Amino acid sequence: MDHSTERNLSTYLTGFALAVILTAIPFALVWGGLLTGPAVYVVIAVAAVIQVLVHLVFFLHLNLKSTPAENLFFLVFAAVLIFIMVGGSLWIMMDLHHRMM
Amino acid sequence: MLGRLTIDAIPLYSWVAMGGAAVTVGGGLAVFLLITYLRAWKVLWTDWLTSVDHKKIGIMYVVLALVMLVRGFVDALMMRAQQAIALNSEGYLPPEHFEQIFSSHGTIMIFFVAMPFLTGLINIIVPQQIGARDVAFPFLNSVSLWMTAAGAGLVLISLAVGKFSTAGWTGYPPYSGIDYNPGVGVDYWLWALIVSGVGSTASGINFIVTIVKNRCPGMTYMRMPMFTWTTLCISILIAFAFPALTVVAAQLALDRTLGFHFFTNGDGGNMMLFANLLWIWGHPEVYILILPAFGIFSEVVATFSRKRLFGYTSLVYATACIAILSFTVWLHHFFTMGSSANVNAVFGIATMIIAVPTGVKIFDWMFTMYRGRIEFHPSMVFTIGFMVTFVIGGVTGVLLALPPADYLMHNSTFLVAHFHNMLIPGALFGYFAGLNYWFPKAFGFKLDAKWGIRSFWFWIIGFYLAFMPLYVLGFMGMSRRMEHYADPNWQPYLIVAALGAVCVLCGIVCIAIQLYVSAKNWGSARDVTGDPWNGRTLEWATASPPAPYNFAVLPEVRDIDAFHEMKLGGVAYLPPGRYEDIVMPKSSGLGPILGALSFVLGFAMVWYIWWLAAVAFVLALVCVGIRASDDNTDFVLPAAEVAKIEAERLGQVTEADMHDMRDFQPIGPASGAPLAGRV
Repeated sequence: MDHSTERNLSTYLTGFALAVILTAIPFALVWGGLLTGPAVYVVIAVAAVIQVLVHLVFFLHLNLKSTPAENLFFLVFAAVLIFIMVGGSLWIMMDLHHRMM
Repeated sequence: MLGRLTIDAIPLYSWVAMGGAAVTVGGGLAVFLLITYLRAWKVLWTDWLTSVDHKKIGIMYVVLALVMLVRGFVDALMMRAQQAIALNSEGYLPPEHFEQIFSSHGTIMIFFVAMPFLTGLINIIVPQQIGARDVAFPFLNSVSLWMTAAGAGLVLISLAVGKFSTAGWTGYPPYSGIDYNPGVGVDYWLWALIVSGVGSTASGINFIVTIVKNRCPGMTYMRMPMFTWTTLCISILIAFAFPALTVVAAQLALDRTLGFHFFTNGDGGNMMLFANLLWIWGHPEVYILILPAFGIFSEVVATFSRKRLFGYTSLVYATACIAILSFTVWLHHFFTMGSSANVNAVFGIATMIIAVPTGVKIFDWMFTMYRGRIEFHPSMVFTIGFMVTFVIGGVTGVLLALPPADYLMHNSTFLVAHFHNMLIPGALFGYFAGLNYWFPKAFGFKLDAKWGIRSFWFWIIGFYLAFMPLYVLGFMGMSRRMEHYADPNWQPYLIVAALGAVCVLCGIVCIAIQLYVSAKNWGSARDVTGDPWNGRTLEWATASPPAPYNFAVLPEVRDIDAFHEMKLGGVAYLPPGRYEDIVMPKSSGLGPILGALSFVLGFAMVWYIWWLAAVAFVLALVCVGIRASDDNTDFVLPAAEVAKIEAERLGQVTEADMHDMRDFQPIGPASGAPLAGRV
C-alpha cells in the first residue's frame, strides 16, 4: 500500500469514526433521556450540521486549497439554497405556530 | 399472502371505471400481441430496452410521454364532459370516480408527460449540443428511464387493480392520511411519486455532470446553446428540489403505513408542514417544466428567424435568475394557510419579481424575430403561439401573486385557468416545438409540416376555448374540482370549455396523423445532411440519426453558434484527417430489470404484500451490486469501423444538399474580419 492510499484510508476511517460519534450522541441523548426540552433539538441540529461538514471534508475531500473553484461555487450555491429552504420553512412554520397559539 | 389484494380490487363498481380498466388492459395486451406477431421482442430488447445510448433513451422517454399524454388527456376530456352536463344532476361520473380522475390527470400530466417529455428531448439533444459522445453516466440514464416508466406503470395499473388517489395531485393531509383515506389510492400516488422521483433526481445529477464535465474543446459556459443552459439550470433545480418531494412522500407513506405522525391531526403532527415541503419541490418544479421549453423556443426562434439569438447573455442571466428565484416563492401556493401578512407579503413580492427575468426573455425572442427572415415552420408557429398566450398567463400570475387577490381566487377555476395557461403554452407548446424541430435529428426524416400547423391551430384554439371560460368562472365563484353544481349561469361557460377540450382532442389526433403521414412518406422527407433547417448549434453537425458515438472527432468550438460558423467557414462537412478508436458503453439489461423491480416493490407496498416488497428490494440491491462489481462495461469501436460509417455518411452529402450560406456572410465595413467561406 503506497503512502497516498494509506492516508486516504486513514481519512476515511477518521471520517467514519466522527460520523458514528456524531450519530451516537443524539441517539444517546434521546434514548437515555439525558437532556429534555428545546436543548435536545439544538444538540441534534448542531450534530447534524457538523456531520454534513465531516462528510464533505473526509469523504468528498473538499477543502479550500485543492478543490476547483467551480466545485466550491456549487457548494456555496447549495448552502444558499439550503438556507432558503430550511430558513424559509422554519420562518413559515414558526409564524404559523405563533398565530395558532 | 397477498396483503389486502383481493378480488374486490377489480373495478366492477362502475361501468366507466370498468371501461377504463378494459381499455388499459386491452391496450397493453394489443401492444404485447403486436410485438409478438412481428417477432420483435428480441430486437426490442437488444436494440432499445437495454440500450444505454442517450438518443434511444431519449426517444423512449418521449414515447412514454406521448402515451401518457393520451391517458392524461382522456381524464381531462372526461372532467370537461362531466362538468358540462352536471348542472343539478350527478352527470355520468360518481363523485369518487371524478375525484380519481382529477387526481390522476394532474399526477400524470406533471410526472409522466411533462417530466419524461423534457427529459427525453434533453437526452436526445444536449450531449450533441455540447459536442459530447454520451451523457456522463449512461447506465444511470437507463435506470432513470425505467424508474420513471415504473412510476407510470403504477398509475396505469391503478385503473385495473384497485383505485387511484382521490386527494388531488397534491395529496394534502389530513385527507390523504390513513384515517380519512384507508384505501390504496393514495398509496398508488405516493409510490408512483417516490419511484419516479428517484429516477428524476438521478437524471438531474446526470445532466449536471454531463454539462459540467463533457463539453467539447472551446465550449465555454458562455458559448453553450440556450437549451443546454436551461438544462443545466433545471438539472440543478431537480437535484435540490426533488429530494424535498421524495422526503415528503416518504413521510406521508410512513404516516400511512407504519402509523407515524408527521402530518396527522393529533399526536404532534402538523399537516401544514406537508404543504410547505410539497411546494418547496412544487414551485421549482414549475420552472423545471418551463425552462427547457424556454431553451427550445430560443433555439427555434433563432433558427427560423435566420438570425443570431438576440441578447444571449441576458437570456443566460435571466435563466439563472429564474432558477434561483424559483426557490423563494413557494408559499404563494398556500397564501390562505394563515401566515401573517409579513410572510405573505415577502413571498408575494418575490413572486412578482420572477416576472421580470421572464419578461426579459419574451423581449429577447421578439427582438430576435425583429427584421428576421421568419419561416413559419410548425415549431416556429408553436413558439409564436406560446409568446402571445404565455403573456396572458403571466399577467394573471402577477395578479394571483397579490395575497389579497389570491384570497378571492384561491382554489377557484381562475387558478386552474392560470396554471394551465402557464403549462400548456409554456411547457407543452415548447415540447411540441422541440418535437417538430428535432424529430429529423432523432429519426432521419422530417415531420409533415402541414399536419403540424393543423395540430397547432387546434391546440391553441382549443386552449383558449377551454381555459378562458375558466377565468370567468373563477370570478363567478366556481371552485375547482366540482363534480356537480347548482348555478345555471356556469353551465354555458362549461359547455364552451368542453368544446375546447374536443378541439384539443383534434389537435392530438393531428399529431398522431402527422406522425403516421411522416412515417409513410419518410423517403421523400429524408434529412441527408443532418441539418434540415440550416441550424446554428452543434447538434446539427452530426448525422440524422446520429452515429452511436455522435461525433467521430470531437468538434472545436469558437463561437456561440458553433455549427453556423463552421458552415460559414466551409469546414462543416470536411472529413477529418484520421479517426481514432472510440470507447462506447455496452447495453445492459439491468436498467429495465431495476425498473421492473421498483415497479414490483411499489405495487407490493401499495397492497401491503410485505414479503414481495422485501424480495424486490433485495433483488434490486443484488442488481446494483452486480453492476457495481462489473468492470467490463465498455467496448471499443475500432477506428476502421468509424471511418466506414463516416465515409458512408459524408458520401451521401452533396453540394446541392448544403444550405446556401451567402446571405449570412457579413457585409460592409462594420462586419469586422472577413470570414473565409464557401461563396
